[in-house]
Amino acid sequence: MSVLLQIDNAARQFGSFAALKGVSLAIEPGELVALLGPSGSGKTTLLRLIAGLDFLDGGRIAFDGVDGNALSLRDRRIGMVFQSYALFRHLTVRDNVAFGLRARPRQERPPSAEIDRRVRDLLALVQLDGLEGRFPSELSGGQRQRVALARALAIEPRVLLLDEPFGALDAKVRKDLRAWLRDLHSRTGHTTVFVTHDQDEALELADRVAILHQGRLEQVGTPDAIYDHPATPFVCSFLGETNRLPVEVQGGQAWLDDQPVYAASTTNVIGPADLYVRPQHLKLDRPDVSPLAGVVEFVRRHGAIRRAEVAIRGLSKRLDVDIGGEIAPSHGERVGLRIQKAHLFAAA
Amino acid sequence: MSIASPANHGSAWRERSIVPGFGISFGIIVTALSLIVLIPLAALVLKAASAGPADIWALASSPRVLGALRLSFGAALLAAFVNLVFGVLIAWVLVRYEFPGKRFIDAAVDLPFALPTAVAGIALAAIYAPNGWIGSLLAPLGIKIGYTPAGVLMALIFIGLPFVVRTVQPVLAEMEAELEEAAALLGASRWRTVWSVIVPPVLPAAMTGFVLAFARAVGEYGSVIFIAGNVPMVSEIAPLLIVIRLEQFDYAGAAVIGVLMLVLSFIIILALNLFQGALRRRLGHV
Repeated sequence: MSVLLQIDNAARQFGSFAALKGVSLAIEPGELVALLGPSGSGKTTLLRLIAGLDFLDGGRIAFDGVDGNALSLRDRRIGMVFQSYALFRHLTVRDNVAFGLRARPRQERPPSAEIDRRVRDLLALVQLDGLEGRFPSELSGGQRQRVALARALAIEPRVLLLDEPFGALDAKVRKDLRAWLRDLHSRTGHTTVFVTHDQDEALELADRVAILHQGRLEQVGTPDAIYDHPATPFVCSFLGETNRLPVEVQGGQAWLDDQPVYAASTTNVIGPADLYVRPQHLKLDRPDVSPLAGVVEFVRRHGAIRRAEVAIRGLSKRLDVDIGGEIAPSHGERVGLRIQKAHLFAAA
Repeated sequence: MSIASPANHGSAWRERSIVPGFGISFGIIVTALSLIVLIPLAALVLKAASAGPADIWALASSPRVLGALRLSFGAALLAAFVNLVFGVLIAWVLVRYEFPGKRFIDAAVDLPFALPTAVAGIALAAIYAPNGWIGSLLAPLGIKIGYTPAGVLMALIFIGLPFVVRTVQPVLAEMEAELEEAAALLGASRWRTVWSVIVPPVLPAAMTGFVLAFARAVGEYGSVIFIAGNVPMVSEIAPLLIVIRLEQFDYAGAAVIGVLMLVLSFIIILALNLFQGALRRRLGHV
């Protein structure tokens, strides 16, 4: 198992604010890794440290075993797509993409016919053929982003870094670009790290997702692993909607108000705990046989599914319950709830 | 009420627009421009024409007038060029770096605008005259600034300084630092980054500042006469020559020199503006 990018204990302090508090992560060649976290979690700081645009206060970042501090920005060979794209507004699409090749020292610079050919190939790759002569101001947001991507790929980067690649685009374009980027990655195989605050984006796109929270790495793993086995309450609630139930764990059972609501046989949590249940893991049941029963207060449409909000006695927040094909309960109806799957964490 | 047919709207030389008020705003600007600029200038030309062709030619080709025009325009261009370089540098430092006293320096840039020009001239003369603070240090080295063309240049640089700084500053402030980071990551050297990423977007604004500084310097009078020494053919500027004519009640002669300056300024500024327009087009949408 080779490692292309090794981050050891990376720390960064801005004044009294610790943006990164010792983050370690190893990235293998060809991987597509998402840095996921809410704003202020340190994900963009980490990306800028990898790029060499900022300086570590502690720890080490190595490329192919070589300490990043020993490498100039040029030698790091980082292809970066900024959130704002940072295109050169006074240059055409062609000149933007060719910038990195023309900036090489004379003896390494390809002949201009070769540069032209590579630019044409890259523009074909990002599906912008025919727009060579346009200026960035004459392009749509999605097109600009693809120019920025082609410009970054032109230098044959060791690592491709994308800062919130879909942040500034509207919902439809985001979805299209996501699929397109996934496809591009499988064709070109560039090692890619991208920053996002959108869980769906990270889960759909990445081979592995690294979740950051308050400058720390909470969990790293494949989308399935982190979604199905969240390591911390933060990961669990950040990756999707959850209901939180304050329970007491005794004898392999989670108890809510003296009612056994969930069999917690595989956990080693004992005593007061939080039970996190996703709306799709709550099933409607008959109220008389169910340990968890309440009154339906709202039923709303939520995209493809409907969602009921059920008020349970003793709980201040209503529980969100997804309703699939079954007949929706009516407002005010008394229902029972069965927990199919949940995550248990010791109470903080 | 019926809707009038499109043909009834507007005349051939203006497009229909949903933005109203073309008629009244055009009327106002033509009136204002006439009262403030066109009528006085027309009067100037008329006055100059009253001198008669022989007199006009004699004046226009006299070595003293030619010398003064050469000094005025030459020094103004040179001063504007110096201000272009230093103005961009000052704007760069003010936008990019944080340092103690930054606000103070930022405010000080505008002082040449606020100061009565005579005060500036007297202050410069006091410092750069052969017996002044700096002048007395330079005198033993054989360098003379006060009472020479170098003094004229000094005064023109002083009064033109704010123009380039103030035109370039907002453009630099708007430019994202990420552009430089992107260039560096793409492997560009520092020099190449400055030259091909930072300079081109700034150039049109810098040119605007250059033209303003030049225009101001050509017409400058108050600050120059105190430090220039005003030796005919050496350090006498054209505006001073006009004042001398006026003091001799030779209004036609003064007007002729005025018109000469007007025509030369107009040609140079027009050429610079055309050049700047071409630059903007070539650099595309900056």
